[in-house]
Amino acid sequence: MRTLAWVLACALPLAAADNSLLIRGATVHTVSGADIAGGSVLVVDGKIAEVGVKVAAPKGVRIVDAKGLHVYPGLIDSGTQMGLAEVGSVRETSDVSEIGDFNPQLRAIIAINPASEHIPVARANGITSVVSTPAGGVLSGQAALVHLDGWTWEEMEIRRSAAMVLHFPFIETGGGRRSSESRRNVPFPEAKRIYDKKLADLRGFFESARRYRQAKLAALAGFRTDVKFEAMIPVLEGKLPVAIVAERERTIREALQFAEKEKIRMILAEPREAGKLASEIKARNVPVILGPTLAAPLNEDDPYDAAYTLPAELDRAGVKFALGTFANAFSRNLPYNAAQAVAYGLPHEAGLKAITLNAAEIWGVGDQYGSIDKGKWADLMVTDGDPLEVRTQVKQVFIHGREIGLDNKHLRLYQQHTKRP
Amino acid sequence: MKTPLILSLALAMAAFAAPPVVIQNARVLTVTKGAFQGSVLIRDGKIVEAGEKVMVPPGATIIDAAGQYLMPGIIDAHTHIASESTNESSISVSSMARIEDAINPEDISIYRALAGGVTTAHVLHGSANSIGGTTAVFKMRWSKDAAGLVFEGARPGLKFALGENPKRSGSGASPSRTTPRYPATRMGIEDVIRQAFVEAKQYQQAWRDYQAKVKGGVQATPPRSDLKLEPIVEVLEGKRMTHVHAYRADEILMMLRLAEELGFKIHSFEHGLEGYKVAKEIVAHGAGVTTFSDWWAYKMEAIDAIPYNAALMMRKGVLVSLNSDDLNANLSTRLNTEAAKTMKYGGLNETEALALITINPARQLEIDKRVGSIEPGKDADLVIYDKHPLSSFARVQKVFIDGEMYFDRDRDVSGRAERELRKKALTDRQKEREKEQKKSFPTRRPS
Repeated sequence: MRTLAWVLACALPLAAADNSLLIRGATVHTVSGADIAGGSVLVVDGKIAEVGVKVAAPKGVRIVDAKGLHVYPGLIDSGTQMGLAEVGSVRETSDVSEIGDFNPQLRAIIAINPASEHIPVARANGITSVVSTPAGGVLSGQAALVHLDGWTWEEMEIRRSAAMVLHFPFIETGGGRRSSESRRNVPFPEAKRIYDKKLADLRGFFESARRYRQAKLAALAGFRTDVKFEAMIPVLEGKLPVAIVAERERTIREALQFAEKEKIRMILAEPREAGKLASEIKARNVPVILGPTLAAPLNEDDPYDAAYTLPAELDRAGVKFALGTFANAFSRNLPYNAAQAVAYGLPHEAGLKAITLNAAEIWGVGDQYGSIDKGKWADLMVTDGDPLEVRTQVKQVFIHGREIGLDNKHLRLYQQHTKRP
Repeated sequence: MKTPLILSLALAMAAFAAPPVVIQNARVLTVTKGAFQGSVLIRDGKIVEAGEKVMVPPGATIIDAAGQYLMPGIIDAHTHIASESTNESSISVSSMARIEDAINPEDISIYRALAGGVTTAHVLHGSANSIGGTTAVFKMRWSKDAAGLVFEGARPGLKFALGENPKRSGSGASPSRTTPRYPATRMGIEDVIRQAFVEAKQYQQAWRDYQAKVKGGVQATPPRSDLKLEPIVEVLEGKRMTHVHAYRADEILMMLRLAEELGFKIHSFEHGLEGYKVAKEIVAHGAGVTTFSDWWAYKMEAIDAIPYNAALMMRKGVLVSLNSDDLNANLSTRLNTEAAKTMKYGGLNETEALALITINPARQLEIDKRVGSIEPGKDADLVIYDKHPLSSFARVQKVFIDGEMYFDRDRDVSGRAERELRKKALTDRQKEREKEQKKSFPTRRPS
């Protein structure tokens, strides 16, 4: 009786709401559990209300017939500059790198352009949320986790401060093949001196921030607010993780030691030689955000498939990781980065997790996103096949239960020029 | 006496010649003649037979490809791998710079491209210059010297570049240049190319006049030879192909009209990201386009690039291919899935998608009588994949060039431990040496 009354009470608003629907007859890939053939997903007010084979349709609810199709959680790209950068070579369109080495107070969220052409393009391939990260200096600022939908950055926001971004210092000699054409060569002693100084500055910065916090807590006389150190307090208190970018083995090792010493919550970001330290990473339970799998090997004498096999190596060691494309223009290729890892040894379900549930968990929203489970937000996509396969078409995308059109600049230009006589 | 000698010679040669190879039980994707479950017979580096059942000659090496896919070797129509230098950036017309003089046969990228199923690659200069230099076609015969990589008989090319790159080299904005250089606009680029051709025509005429005099028995002094103009004369005479780096529709159209005015043919536009906007004009000229699957937004002239470009141009009749544009092999290790993207964006079928990386680039480079499909008489340049090559999960297993196996994934993987050991031995020895040197020549600090 009570259920009936609830249904009756909800019947009218449900019918009118654009964020309630029932997807029916699809193979539901929950990611958290087993796939459900001929399954249904009921969404009420933007949240997943029911998942299963037999789900009753509330009166008046919009029905999406997905017979023969597949439902997956929306994909999460764990590394982009979405909304911060538009055209790579045009300085004026980039808000990624600020001047200065220590800028923990900078926030990506407030610089995200919701009108970026990259947003609908990525979304059309099922990417529903991304982490947008600043990249300048040593402490670059705060990365944001955002939906690829919203009239303003406030509406896009999932976590305005998902992590502090730290580019761990390393000895940058430049050089390598064809250095004369691309990068400046820095002699080793000079590079080492710069590195030593940056590292000392970084330690000093943390030390000062810690003293600042103590002074603040003690309400010392003459205490004055410092915007930079203020931004460090959540880091020092372990409330905000630090995404430490470290590429090579030595840098990764130093980053791990640094995080341990400073007692901060670390996320290892964009490592290339993480395979060599997989057990150390696992031992510290540091989650990892991997850069693109679709990449050339770092070193000349690496195996040709070094970048392809790295996710599988970490997986075998039990390390938790998610994937990022770190390039707005290629965010739509996020699932193919997972696919390449699967082709080279990563279990398929681990590949899918790296772009859904693992990402949500690492960014602290695993209870709300990343899988098709009752109670989570309905960020979903309907496809005609495995989204890891290039040939698969994304048919529909939902964010918080609202259907997002798949229209984008590329599709428009295509349609327009197909018609040219 | 004569016959036995020839016979014994033939016998001796047969003993040295590689035995025939039969690849059996594969799903054969010929690209030009359909697909079937069957075998391919290779002899003397050529495909002899391809069919559901082929004769297995005695002594043949048999490769069982049950459950696997066999396709023609991938042809990368535009790459910079194996070239020691890319741009001769001191001048905007550097047609005398020859890429074949800068080939490094030990570039690991050759092996990595091979591991991606690439058997043939067109190596070009960069795009800093209006006329960049002469290009050449190579086979990825890893282990051979530079001369051994050359694709015998392939017509050489000349690289042109339009738009932002040659402009940037002119503006002084390029990190490698501090002083401005003409041209700095698209207008200037047209002018520079036109001037070069006008000069080349005068040079050509001077030689013709000289040759006419010589023929007529008149004593004459030959014109001073000009290595900058000679490749351009070869273009005018149809002996050299033209490959034009271009992004925007306007500059593509400009180049077509300039070529028509000056009397030469454009063989291919390189990248041609806005080719879809002027497909009709490209087809009318008879040019091809070699492009990317889905690159966009990295610079202003890529702002209207769309992943539907390849499919849309193909539907409008343009001869299209996909390339890697690699400096260090990256995309060349997975051009197969790049091709698959044209099925997603624009709805090409499997054969059309595979053609973009096999027969189409072969046609663009006019080497299609030799490579680009699985047909009797063609070079045995073949790739075995463990899954359908248009699947995201496909992995190259074996690669053959001229019937010889140049890549074998199993061998690569099983040899890794040993290579690591050898590397360690070398680095250990180096450390030892450094230690000893320190002992005998202790470093003194300058006072």
